[in-house]
Amino acid sequence: MLARFGRSLYRHRWLLMRRTVQISILLAFIVQIPGYGKIAQGNLSSSILFGELKLTDPFILLQSFFAGSSIALPALLGAIIVGGFYAFLAGRLYCSWVCPINLLTDLAYWLRKKFKIKGNMSLSRSLRLWILALSLVLSLLGGTLAWEIVNPITRFQRELMWFSLSGAMLLGSLFLFDLFVSRRAWCGHLCPVGAFYGLLGRYGRLKVTATPTESCDSSGCSRCVAVCPEPHVLAPVVAKQAQSVTSGDCTRCGACLDECHEGSLSMKLDLVGMVSKKTDQ
Amino acid sequence: MAEQKQNSMVKLEDPAKRETFRQIFKRFGVVLVGSIIGQSMILSRPSRAAEALRPPGALPDLDFDSSCIRCGLCVEDCPYDILKLASWADPAPQGTPFFVAREEPCRMCKDIPCAKACPTGALDRHMTDIKKADMGVAVLVDHETCLNYKGMTCSICWRVCPIRDEAITLEPIESETGRLLIPTVHSDTCTGCGTCEKHCVLSEAAIRVLPRELGLGLSGRNAVGRS
Repeated sequence: MLARFGRSLYRHRWLLMRRTVQISILLAFIVQIPGYGKIAQGNLSSSILFGELKLTDPFILLQSFFAGSSIALPALLGAIIVGGFYAFLAGRLYCSWVCPINLLTDLAYWLRKKFKIKGNMSLSRSLRLWILALSLVLSLLGGTLAWEIVNPITRFQRELMWFSLSGAMLLGSLFLFDLFVSRRAWCGHLCPVGAFYGLLGRYGRLKVTATPTESCDSSGCSRCVAVCPEPHVLAPVVAKQAQSVTSGDCTRCGACLDECHEGSLSMKLDLVGMVSKKTDQ
Repeated sequence: MAEQKQNSMVKLEDPAKRETFRQIFKRFGVVLVGSIIGQSMILSRPSRAAEALRPPGALPDLDFDSSCIRCGLCVEDCPYDILKLASWADPAPQGTPFFVAREEPCRMCKDIPCAKACPTGALDRHMTDIKKADMGVAVLVDHETCLNYKGMTCSICWRVCPIRDEAITLEPIESETGRLLIPTVHSDTCTGCGTCEKHCVLSEAAIRVLPRELGLGLSGRNAVGRS
């Protein structure tokens, strides 16, 4: 019994870690610790961690820049820290480990599978790039932060959505769209924040890496592809054309690692590879 | 004859051509929908209503909208919990900080914590003197209901003013009913904190803080000219 429970925990280890991190980040902005205050002040567009570390979302600052604002130093430094972290280390980690909307869209996907909801309007995955471009162009033309009028991530934190009618309607429609209309529509196809972090983290060094075993070859199960929220990123790995996932779209959610019972996949921070590859040439 | 007819039918249903047209119409549709959404967004660019006041040290409206990243650090650092980030229902562009003087006025903290907290320069974090703040200007908008105009010495606006005798003074005038003490705002020293509006005893305040361009006249090159 205990062993079964332990095994079940192990088979969801990445999911559990991810949820823990996501919820901790959300709570850090909300919970007042007596005698200390909050761990994080502000919200995901700009925050102060532990009263010291100032962080700023590079995408929101970019919109501000397009809207015609000169960039102030504290915000710029914060954006460089955040941007640098995703660009050089973590890739598009934001989407699956930080963003609170991911909790909602994952729930929609889970329900979709549970109730076997079939209808699926196919959307292009490049749609999000167009929305990204549109939000920057509109910022430029409108002189205001265009995506921030919609952005459910920061709106969620600003007005704890379910207490505000407009917020609840936005979240609700997003949820229903993901549930009934199109599979993984928001995070995988529409959200320009994800598209931005995908582009920014294109060369992030944290990667899902494959070491195919005998049994993986023979069974050809492809279960990792089935659970992946961005299945196209795993295709070259499964087809043995690549050692690791190189697409910027990979959110490092670890669903494939939870699903793989052969131990063929691992999450590796490939700092050494970057250096040695260069010296080889 | 029949053969010819068949030929033309085949031409009509040329699948490659059909696909090309489909693609063209699809793109056209996307561009059309995109530009309608875009245009409506630009045209309906939300602007701040007169009763929503910005925290001290705020840039002029248009610059503020582009510089403020809606993080709410100013809101959290306000010791009196006066500031609020606008939601869709509020009278300011979404996510930007504002306060309504009649509900809670700015207390004019000497160390200006809200402005210091701003990471982007939407609020001037280098501002040192709160008396230089310009959140708006108080205007005695209603002479009919103001008690001082009725000959009663209410003067509450003058008494509560944090820079009393500089921003608001009581100016005596003679009228047919006797001597009146008129609350008079001096726009060069008024910071627009809104304390007078908050404390006005009437059901609707007779003195209100307005954005400067709405509350003040401006003479042209010629003192009586428009331009």
